[in-house]
Amino acid sequence: MEWDWEFAGRVLPLLLSGLRVTLIATVLGAGVAAVLGLVFAILRRSPNHWISRPTGFVVEFIRGTPLLVQLYFIFYVLPEIGIRLSPLAAGVLGMGLHYATYASEVYRGGIEAVSRGQWEAAKATNLTTRQAWVHVILPQALPPMIPAMANYLLAMFKETPLLSAITVIEMMGQARSVANSTYRYIEPMTLVGVIFLVISIMSVFGLRWLERRFGGGHR
Amino acid sequence: MAEPIIRIDNLRKSFGTLTVIDGLSFDVARGEKLALIGPSGSGKTTILRILMTLETISGGRIEVAGEPLFHMAKNGAEVPADEAHLHRMRRHIGMVFQHFNLFPHKSVLDNITLAPILTKGERRADAAARARELLEMVGLADKEKAMPAQLSGGQKQRVAIARALALQPDIMLFDEVTSALDPELVDEVLQVMRRLASETDMTMLLVTHEMGFASEFADRVLFFDKGRICEQGPPDKIFRNPEEERTRTFLRKIIAAGHRV
Repeated sequence: MEWDWEFAGRVLPLLLSGLRVTLIATVLGAGVAAVLGLVFAILRRSPNHWISRPTGFVVEFIRGTPLLVQLYFIFYVLPEIGIRLSPLAAGVLGMGLHYATYASEVYRGGIEAVSRGQWEAAKATNLTTRQAWVHVILPQALPPMIPAMANYLLAMFKETPLLSAITVIEMMGQARSVANSTYRYIEPMTLVGVIFLVISIMSVFGLRWLERRFGGGHR
Repeated sequence: MAEPIIRIDNLRKSFGTLTVIDGLSFDVARGEKLALIGPSGSGKTTILRILMTLETISGGRIEVAGEPLFHMAKNGAEVPADEAHLHRMRRHIGMVFQHFNLFPHKSVLDNITLAPILTKGERRADAAARARELLEMVGLADKEKAMPAQLSGGQKQRVAIARALALQPDIMLFDEVTSALDPELVDEVLQVMRRLASETDMTMLLVTHEMGFASEFADRVLFFDKGRICEQGPPDKIFRNPEEERTRTFLRKIIAAGHRV
């Protein structure tokens, strides 16, 4: 099989339109993961066992099952109980939920790294629990988490091809549909790989910068 | 004697099977300066932490400014206090910690103004003006823009005192506030507290190993042993002429360990 530059040139715009969907899914999924992950982490810390234990169970359950299975479940099983989602919405929800469980562990580590004395000082200055979270605990807990979170963002980006299994036409889905109709795999699959590689390498540089900026304790 | 500002009645506190405070009762008069001394593990720090509601109680009763601290009235009966009640009661009390516990992500000025703005709805400008007065009082007028990490231990502790004062509590709790400091930084903190004691009529409870400071600062000294008051009285009596053998033993050990009396 020979590499056909002319064919590759025709495929590239299709792949780039798929890349747009890939990036949208990544960004939205990351947003869901960041918010849900924080909710999981805070609920798990609740002194009320009726809140913390079920939350812990749900988190472990989601983390202990494969993302692909969850995507199938959300897209193909939920409609049977009347919850119908578009492929992209199902994909964003599935990836967001899955990565929320990883994010919640990062949050947990960051929150626990804030010393107990900070909670006590917040209480002694008569802040409410909510004010303590917003003004004292999270501003200290979040910056050191940024490198670990960015790492998961990159991992999630590279898992977006799974979304093609639930008919999201992202970059991998585009490549597959081109390949299936032309019986040429080498150009579309190579290009997909190269595009992922280029973005990942750029992201790694960004990650290094974040680690220098926020990692490694106090500035 | 006027109504006491703190009234502790048959207080008990245990952590699991370990009893730390065992049937403790005492009153504190409004404006009184009280020093709590005793061996480590005698429960004195726990009392401050309970008053600040950082710990719950296992039994007994505490009243602050005439109101129960850990109880509240509900439908004519007395029930355990909820968070809203505790929050309201905390307004009476401020605390300074051994390890300062400044907010490391906030400047000195913001450390002091955060709570007044959030909890009393003070305007930023008013809170800042008051914070500058307090910084002046603790001798750190030039440090308002500094971050806590840039300060020495003694400076941090003086900021922590200003932060607690900014809320204008009726009662201030000082928990071994000089124990984490290098010896040469102790005096600058004690000087601030001396000024506070002489210039304000705030009620102050001090847990300390600085016996010399306790004796000049306090109106009354409580010597704790095994979760109870073993002996109490004016500083002259406790430090110069203690009645109890355990008090004498404790003071001998403290002097041998190099603390000033």
